Amino acid sequence: MSHIDLRYTSHLARLGFKPEELKVFGPQVDKILHFVEQLNKVDVEGVEPTSHPLPLANVFREDKIAPSIEMEEFLQHCPSRHGSFFKVPKIIEEKS
Amino acid sequence: MKGDASPEFLTTIGLEVHAQLSTRTKIFCGCEVRFGSPPNTLVCPVCLGLPGVLPVLNREVFLLGLRAVLAFGGAPSKLIKFDRKNYYYPDLPKGYQISQYDAPLGRGGFVEIETSGGPKRIRLNRIHLEEDAGKLIHDAAADSSLVDLNRAGVPLIEMVSEPDLESPDDAHAYLSTLKSVLKTIGVSLCDMEKGHLRCDANVSVRRAGDAVLGKKVEVKNMNSFKAVKAALQYEIGRQTEALGKGEGLYQETRLWDEAKGMTFLMRSKEEAHDYRYFPEPDLVPFFVTQEQIEAERRRIPELPRQKAARFASAYGLSAYDANLLTQDEEPAEFFETCAKIYPDYKGLANWMTGPVSAYLNEKAVSLSQTRLCPETLVGLLQLVKEGSLSLQAAREKVFPEVVGDGRDPKEVMEKKGLLQVSDEAALDEWVAEAIRSNSKVVNDFKSGKETAAMFLVGQVMRKSGGKANPGKVQELVRKRLLETAGPA
Ligand SMILES: [Zn+2]
Repeated sequence: MSHIDLRYTSHLARLGFKPEELKVFGPQVDKILHFVEQLNKVDVEGVEPTSHPLPLANVFREDKIAPSIEMEEFLQHCPSRHGSFFKVPKIIEEKS
Repeated sequence: MKGDASPEFLTTIGLEVHAQLSTRTKIFCGCEVRFGSPPNTLVCPVCLGLPGVLPVLNREVFLLGLRAVLAFGGAPSKLIKFDRKNYYYPDLPKGYQISQYDAPLGRGGFVEIETSGGPKRIRLNRIHLEEDAGKLIHDAAADSSLVDLNRAGVPLIEMVSEPDLESPDDAHAYLSTLKSVLKTIGVSLCDMEKGHLRCDANVSVRRAGDAVLGKKVEVKNMNSFKAVKAALQYEIGRQTEALGKGEGLYQETRLWDEAKGMTFLMRSKEEAHDYRYFPEPDLVPFFVTQEQIEAERRRIPELPRQKAARFASAYGLSAYDANLLTQDEEPAEFFETCAKIYPDYKGLANWMTGPVSAYLNEKAVSLSQTRLCPETLVGLLQLVKEGSLSLQAAREKVFPEVVGDGRDPKEVMEKKGLLQVSDEAALDEWVAEAIRSNSKVVNDFKSGKETAAMFLVGQVMRKSGGKANPGKVQELVRKRLLETAGPA
């Protein structure tokens, strides 16, 4: 039986669960996983894998410049800015 | 620390190179790609990663990538699709990068490099398309980092080599070759200063007897070919030393510190490489058509290696010279234009790889940024060839003005009074006088003292104020001595 380590997975998705939530959601997520796992029993011998649900392929745009948007339009919604930059908590590739 | 592993140890290197494709717009939106624009001015809802938007692939990105796959002899995949590579970093607005996982643009192919041991093929594992991330600026003073998303969504190809490289020199040759091919086929401008070409390395060292490869160490943060070479030299030394001492090596990611000349372990969380790839549902699959393949093949001009082979056979140049001349298109074309009007190809190649190349390196410019043109270079070479100008004066006194100010070589020569006297009648008079007034030296020559002739040449050169053609003078002195004195 497969099992999802919800503590690890929720961290990857940056979801903050309380310990009591992890206790409830963990088994629920496992149930969903088991439900989906039924698909593994289907015989797909000779069936091409689907790469996209829509029957479309080769949709391109031409290499033509389209107007970009005004900086104020998006920076005004941003929680923290510095001039024309987004401002985020200090990030450095840390050396140990 | 010594750079190369001693024969006791073997080195294996693989490189991952990202090259920026030369398109007008980004990979999935119409924002312009322009280096040096004010921050956050070339962005739209798609490349900002706002909800509800739909990325659409730039046709030119697809075709340029295809051209690269074909130029390196790779095979385009039957089905081409995109995937999301998930990770959190502030330069990645969507929380994932659109890349390609199991159905890349192309697989296989190789890069042929020139090594001291002859040509060598470095196999490519794959070439895929992906979007670039934004730029993070670290404010040393403030307790924050700043984000500019102009670069987010700029199209890249990633080229992953097999671990076929065996030394830092191999790696350098591989990068140079890759760069010259990508430039030649018009896929990337490869401007290093604009970050068009970036490289990460995987390097492992093992004992010569070991069949299994050593622990793979990934090295990042190298900003130039020189840095790649230095970082690899350091890393090979570090790993060799550890193995020599019987210490364990670990699979890890290290950062190159240019200032310190060392690599440092990057503090990484365990899940750093858990990218949870899954198919990008916003993009449909792509299929390459035979017409597209043929059209892109036609757009691939003569590649540097083919050109080098042609230069070697058509102009009788050494493999070394032919390679040097064909690394970039500009000097190669310049050489060929000159060769049409100046048939001493070897002499021409010597000037191109000698004074011309030295000047370009010193000034850090390309040929088109100088005032040199094929006619003036050939004019200069002809002056030397016909004996009007000494090679030394040509290199040191005339060439700088021709290349720097676009002046006519003959004019410079005359203005500076560098014209050599090669006229026999004029030279003969000086030679005769030297012979007349140095009878002792003539006798020395007669009694077999060969160097006596050189003394007379020196006399003539002094008499001419250094303007006599020394080759001609030697010839004449010898001739007259033999005439007047008889064979020694
Ligand atoms: Zn955009």
